[in-house]
Amino acid sequence: MIEVGLGHYLSLGAIIFFLGTLGIFLNRKNVIVILMSIELILLAVNINLISFSIFSGDILGQIFTMLTLTVAAAEAAIGLAIIVVYFRNRGSIRVEDINEMKG
Amino acid sequence: MYTHAFFFYFFSFIAIFSALMVITSRSTINSVFFLILDFISVGCLFIMVGAEFLGMILLIVYVGAVAVLFLFVVMMLNVAEQKQSWFMGKKSTHIPIGLLFSVLIFLELLVVVGGWKYKENLMTSSTLNMDKKISNTHEIGSVMYTDYVLYFQISGIILLLSMIGAIILTYRKRENIKRQSYFNQISRERSSAVEIKEVSFDKGVKIDD
Repeated sequence: MIEVGLGHYLSLGAIIFFLGTLGIFLNRKNVIVILMSIELILLAVNINLISFSIFSGDILGQIFTMLTLTVAAAEAAIGLAIIVVYFRNRGSIRVEDINEMKG
Repeated sequence: MYTHAFFFYFFSFIAIFSALMVITSRSTINSVFFLILDFISVGCLFIMVGAEFLGMILLIVYVGAVAVLFLFVVMMLNVAEQKQSWFMGKKSTHIPIGLLFSVLIFLELLVVVGGWKYKENLMTSSTLNMDKKISNTHEIGSVMYTDYVLYFQISGIILLLSMIGAIILTYRKRENIKRQSYFNQISRERSSAVEIKEVSFDKGVKIDD
C-alpha cells in the first residue's frame, strides 16, 4: 500500500480507461462529452505507456507517448470541426438527434 | 517513500474524481473544467514519476490548447444549456450495457496488472532512477531526433493534415460581403485606372459611376 509501484499506476490507468468507456456509453447529452471521454481514454493509455517506460527504464515509451499526444490533438481538432459543421447544418448535437444513418 | 505514496494517492484520487465528474457532470462547461483538472493532476503524476518533459507537454498541449479548444467550441455552439443528464430523465437501456462493457474492460486491464505483480524488479518505486546524469528532456531529445526522426516528421505531417482538414471542414464562403481580390489588385494598370479629361470652362466634369 505504501510502496507505490507499477501496479498502482497501471490501476490508475485502468480506472481512468473504465471511466472513459463508461462515459461513451452513458452519454445522452451531446457529442462533445463523447470526445472528452475519448480524451480520457487516450490519457489512460498515456499513463500506461509512461509508467511502463519509467519502471522498465526504457525511453521508447515516452517517445511513443509523444506520438499518442500528437494523434490525440489531431483527433480533437478534426472531431470538433466535424461537430461545428454538424451543428451548423442541423442545429443540434444531441446524441439522440444524430440518427441520420439509422445505426 | 512516504511522500511518494502520499502524492501518488493525492493526485490519483483527484484524477479519478475529476474523470468521474467529466462523465456525470450536468453541464458541458463543467465537464470541460473537470477535464482540465484531470489533465493537470495526471501531468503532476508524470512529473512526480520522473517524466518531466511529458508532464509539461501534457500541461501545455492539453490544458493550454486542446481543453481550451473544447471550451471554445462549447461556448460557440451554445449547448451548455442542455441540462439533461444520463441519470435523470427518461429510462434508457444504455446504462446497463455501458456498465457491463466498461466493467469488462476494467477487469481485463486489472488482469493485466495482476500479471505484472510477480515481476519483482519492475514493480517497486526504488527502481525509479531519478538521479541520472542527463535529464529526461535531454534523454528524449537524444533518442527522438536520431533514431525516431522519421516518426517525429510523420507526427508533424499528421498535425499539418489535421489543421488543413479542420480549416476545410469549417470554412464557408459567404456571399454579400466585400472581400479582397489579390489578382485584380495586382493586375490593375494605369491605363485602366486613370483617365485624363479635358475640363472645359464652366462645365465641369461628368463622373460616371
